[in-house]
Amino acid sequence: MRKKTRKVALLGVLTSVALVLSYLEVMLPPISTAVPGIKMGLPNIIIIFVLYKFGLKEAVTVSLIRVFIVALIFGGNIMTLAYSVAGAVLSLALMTLFKKINLFSIVGVSIIGGISHNLGQILVAIFLFDTIQIGYYMIVLSITGTIAGVVIGIISSILVKKLEKLV
Amino acid sequence: MVNMNNKRKIKNDVILAVIVIAIAATGLLLLNVFKTEGAFAVVKLDGKETERYPLSVNTEVVIETENDGKNTLVIEDGKAFIKDATCPDKICEGHSKISFKGETIVCLPHKVVIEIVADDSDKELDVVV
Repeated sequence: MRKKTRKVALLGVLTSVALVLSYLEVMLPPISTAVPGIKMGLPNIIIIFVLYKFGLKEAVTVSLIRVFIVALIFGGNIMTLAYSVAGAVLSLALMTLFKKINLFSIVGVSIIGGISHNLGQILVAIFLFDTIQIGYYMIVLSITGTIAGVVIGIISSILVKKLEKLV
Repeated sequence: MVNMNNKRKIKNDVILAVIVIAIAATGLLLLNVFKTEGAFAVVKLDGKETERYPLSVNTEVVIETENDGKNTLVIEDGKAFIKDATCPDKICEGHSKISFKGETIVCLPHKVVIEIVADDSDKELDVVV
């Protein structure tokens, strides 16, 4: 019972950290105005950490709670929520898959996460706008997603190592 | 499940990053090689074309969108851009000017897409069944 309480509390703290990181990311100036959607993906540090230290169920919970609270706080509508959910779900699904396949380290899994997060959002955009042109964004976003994924992956792997005893 | 040591995995990480960037860079290169000047700015609301304006004529139009949204499209010196938008994120306002075929400015909250096309021949026909 105590163990469970501890876990719930820890996940709560981690969700808050993810929210703070989301807030930080909104505060930062956009990296490029020509291609919207280029982001570091700071909250993904927490999601990857939870995925590796707790598991898929916990990572999905933290990720979705984060997405919904962000939509509430930063005034998103159904549309922006759809993008966020699509990105979050696809990236978590593919990261879990590649974590299971065990071919890459955390950094590689994080790269997959970065790219698939963009891919999820682009797919929603193509579906909603019915214009394949948006797919061109995907090319640019794959490059930036890879770079962001490397940085986020390195930070996550340090966290997983340093906080070995946390969980 | 493949069992691999860390060194091997990190090597795979690098290979993954290099392959993704190589494919994307090739794609960008091809897009740039085949990029052609456009002639019309097409306005699409919720995926459907509503208006098209020639890039050769300087114009300023207010696009009325759902939820009382307004996006001001300006065509100046053969380039199109959004001068003003009532959406909260203003991403479309910050977008650089577009003039090449296939370039788009997207306003997600208002479901507006401005797309550059080369000529009038590819006008999309509304499907009437």
